[in-house]
Amino acid sequence: MKSILRTSAAALFAATMLAGAAEAKTLVYCSEGSPENFTPAMNTTGTSFDAARPVYDQLTEFTRGTTKVQPGLAESWDVTDGGKTITFHLRKGVKFHSGVNGFKPTRDFNADDVLFTFNRQWKDDHPYNKISGGKFDYFSDMDMPASLESVEKADDYTVVMKLKAPNAPILANLAMDFMTVHSAEYAAYLLKIGKPEQFDQIPVGTGPFSFVAYQKDAVIRYKAFDAYWGGRAKIDDLVYAITADPTVRLAKLKRNECQVMAYPRPADLDEIKKDPNLNLMSQPGLNIAYWAFQVQKAPLDKKEVRQALIMAVDKATILKEVYQGAGSPAKNLIPPIMWGYNDKVTDYAYDPAKAKEMLEKAGVKTPIDIDLWWMPVQRPYNPNAKRIGELMQADLAKIGVNATLKSFEWGEYRKRLQAGEHQTGLFGWTGDNGDPDNFFFLLGCNAKGEPAGNNISKWCNAKFNEDMVKARESVDIAERTKLYEEMQEIAHDDAPQMTIAHSVVFEPVRKEVVDWKISPFGSHVFYGVDLK
Amino acid sequence: MLKYLLRRLALTIPTFLALTLVTFIAIRMVPGDPVEVRQGEHGIDPIRLAKLRHELGLDQSILHQYWDYLVQLAHGDFGTSIRTQTSVASEFFTLFPATMELALCAMLFAVVIGVPAGVFAAVKRGGPIDHGVMGISVIGYSMPIFWWGLLLIMLVSERWELTPISGRIDPIKYYFDATTGFMLIDAWLSGQEGAVIDAAQHLILPTIVLGTIPLAVIARITRSSMLEVLSEDYVRTARAKGLSPFRVIGLHALRNALIPVVTSIGLQIGTLLAGAVLTETIFSWPGIGKWLIESINQRDYPALQGGIMLISCLVIMVNLFVDVLYGAINPRLRHGH
Repeated sequence: MKSILRTSAAALFAATMLAGAAEAKTLVYCSEGSPENFTPAMNTTGTSFDAARPVYDQLTEFTRGTTKVQPGLAESWDVTDGGKTITFHLRKGVKFHSGVNGFKPTRDFNADDVLFTFNRQWKDDHPYNKISGGKFDYFSDMDMPASLESVEKADDYTVVMKLKAPNAPILANLAMDFMTVHSAEYAAYLLKIGKPEQFDQIPVGTGPFSFVAYQKDAVIRYKAFDAYWGGRAKIDDLVYAITADPTVRLAKLKRNECQVMAYPRPADLDEIKKDPNLNLMSQPGLNIAYWAFQVQKAPLDKKEVRQALIMAVDKATILKEVYQGAGSPAKNLIPPIMWGYNDKVTDYAYDPAKAKEMLEKAGVKTPIDIDLWWMPVQRPYNPNAKRIGELMQADLAKIGVNATLKSFEWGEYRKRLQAGEHQTGLFGWTGDNGDPDNFFFLLGCNAKGEPAGNNISKWCNAKFNEDMVKARESVDIAERTKLYEEMQEIAHDDAPQMTIAHSVVFEPVRKEVVDWKISPFGSHVFYGVDLK
Repeated sequence: MLKYLLRRLALTIPTFLALTLVTFIAIRMVPGDPVEVRQGEHGIDPIRLAKLRHELGLDQSILHQYWDYLVQLAHGDFGTSIRTQTSVASEFFTLFPATMELALCAMLFAVVIGVPAGVFAAVKRGGPIDHGVMGISVIGYSMPIFWWGLLLIMLVSERWELTPISGRIDPIKYYFDATTGFMLIDAWLSGQEGAVIDAAQHLILPTIVLGTIPLAVIARITRSSMLEVLSEDYVRTARAKGLSPFRVIGLHALRNALIPVVTSIGLQIGTLLAGAVLTETIFSWPGIGKWLIESINQRDYPALQGGIMLISCLVIMVNLFVDVLYGAINPRLRHGH
């Protein structure tokens, strides 16, 4: 049966290709790997999110190319009860795709689909909670269970979400991939025919493209969904050609075997810039690499010592040597593309002489020994932590600070940092939902003034914390911006960490591609893109 | 013959057991488990970590886990991939035809070129052809596959535009079902015009890259075995009888010289599978090599264990087949002398 269905899907695809051979616009995207499955809630990698994205929508959406939140499947929402109740008014007339396994939707999108999306991840006894292994990492990582009081259906097109405490960033959470809205009708259909595991392998959504076929490690095919609520996509067929090696991806792009490629190698950037057929687009990534000082340990408990260490390190050399042009110097915890960024903050200048002087003034007798931890893995914000550690070690030696380099296996490294076992350590963060709160919580403390787990500087500042809580509870962007600007000044002055760099995201596309926008989240969005 | 076969079969049982143990232990010695390796900077709450580890049975003792694994294997169940939540055997057999197709082409390429090259080198021993063939085979043998693959792509595909860059078929022009998983056959079955040629063009570079090392080995073995045979008395007799050089070499010498070559082809299966890991990555070839690498990175224990077991079965079976073939060619072995 399955084979017959696939065959008919293949025939249909071939027929549309032949019929519209002259006009059909096919965009091929050279992606970097195979998705784990097509349910973003169960995944944590950009590769898997990219594969599901064309098929789905969320209640709220990020405006393409920005971190701004706009209406999606929820046409509008009201915030009441001091920010603790959010009422979503759902879009009417939204159609679901038909599945390539024979599923035919009989109704439009409604509140039941929203409840299904929440409850599958949230409730252990939900019939789909355990299907396909049932690990919903993002739902817990984004603190959804701790934030939600209830999510209920008021009528078919109204959903009421009650929160335990006012939480403005949750609207951005709802635009994230893990909150992708699924069809409750499709889920029920698969349960009825005894094949619930197909739910995560054969996606059915409301998105701009419907799923056609997937061959592991080879290709994923989608076609434009004629009845898409936002208007039909400008391209007809979308193909992901899975190509693991970045050099080969570039070769394919140059030969026009694909029109957009994922993740170029930094070493190839010059060559791409010179190619007249290619456009190299770039934007600072939504991330930060930093060097954290464990402020509970002497002599790092003194602000002057921390500032001296920052001034002793030559950031420009790190950017040149390690990032090789694919990084921009960071002076704040949040990247400049994010709202709330405080451009008035002036970065500490590289000044070893002054640094040495400051150490003396702070009563530190040189030479002193400190440890400097480096991450054993490459991360989007840090291409080579060991090399950065070595460069810093050399710089610190010049002011009489002997840094011992240290590392552990990644899981162990993270655990020990979070336990505060280090004196100084390299770490970083990649933004999840584009909300500044999603970065500032890294320096957050609880109501008792104890540092949270992710606060590896173990730094607590009452004013900083008070502002952060206030900003979280307000939905007024202007007010929140003011608070965040102030917090950046506090963090800069008290220096619990040295902010090193934001990586720069590069995306090469062919000249034929019209209206491509780089996503700050590193995701690839094909709706709205056209081909010349 | 049957006794010989049974004896060889019995010998594979301890090999299998040792394999299960080695794959089981080795992957667990790599730091990080399947749950932790998924976590980014967020980290994971210890209660949730314990819950997830429990669901995967990772909180049991290693011995307990190993026993469970053996019982599962005895039932013919290779487990479920942690990453994709699909059965390991079904993932393996979806991807395996791609590897098989590539390996067969590479072996064919190696034999078709390697055997004649070795024969020529032996016949013209000490001459420029001999030195040329042997020189090239040393280079071929020591060629880093990754470098060789990228070099060919850049020259042949990018600069001269003679072959497609990667993949198994042009995804825009052709789309059909994977009936057998062998692209050449599926392309032919689809009846779409030009599909077979397109699939064949996609095979050219990966075949050359994967076939280079076996080609070098086969050429060398053919040469040395041929040299040995050429100095035998019966070859001299054949020459003395006045047979044409073609008959002497092709009929009398080559047939005997091929015995060690056949054995070496069997042994090359391992080299081919190891080479496939890199070749598949470079050419975006959806085979088991790439799949295994990804399974290691994600600490997907069931996928890795199952994959290695299935590959090992294959290598053992091919070697068994070669042994039997060898026994058939060489009666001395069959009788256990």
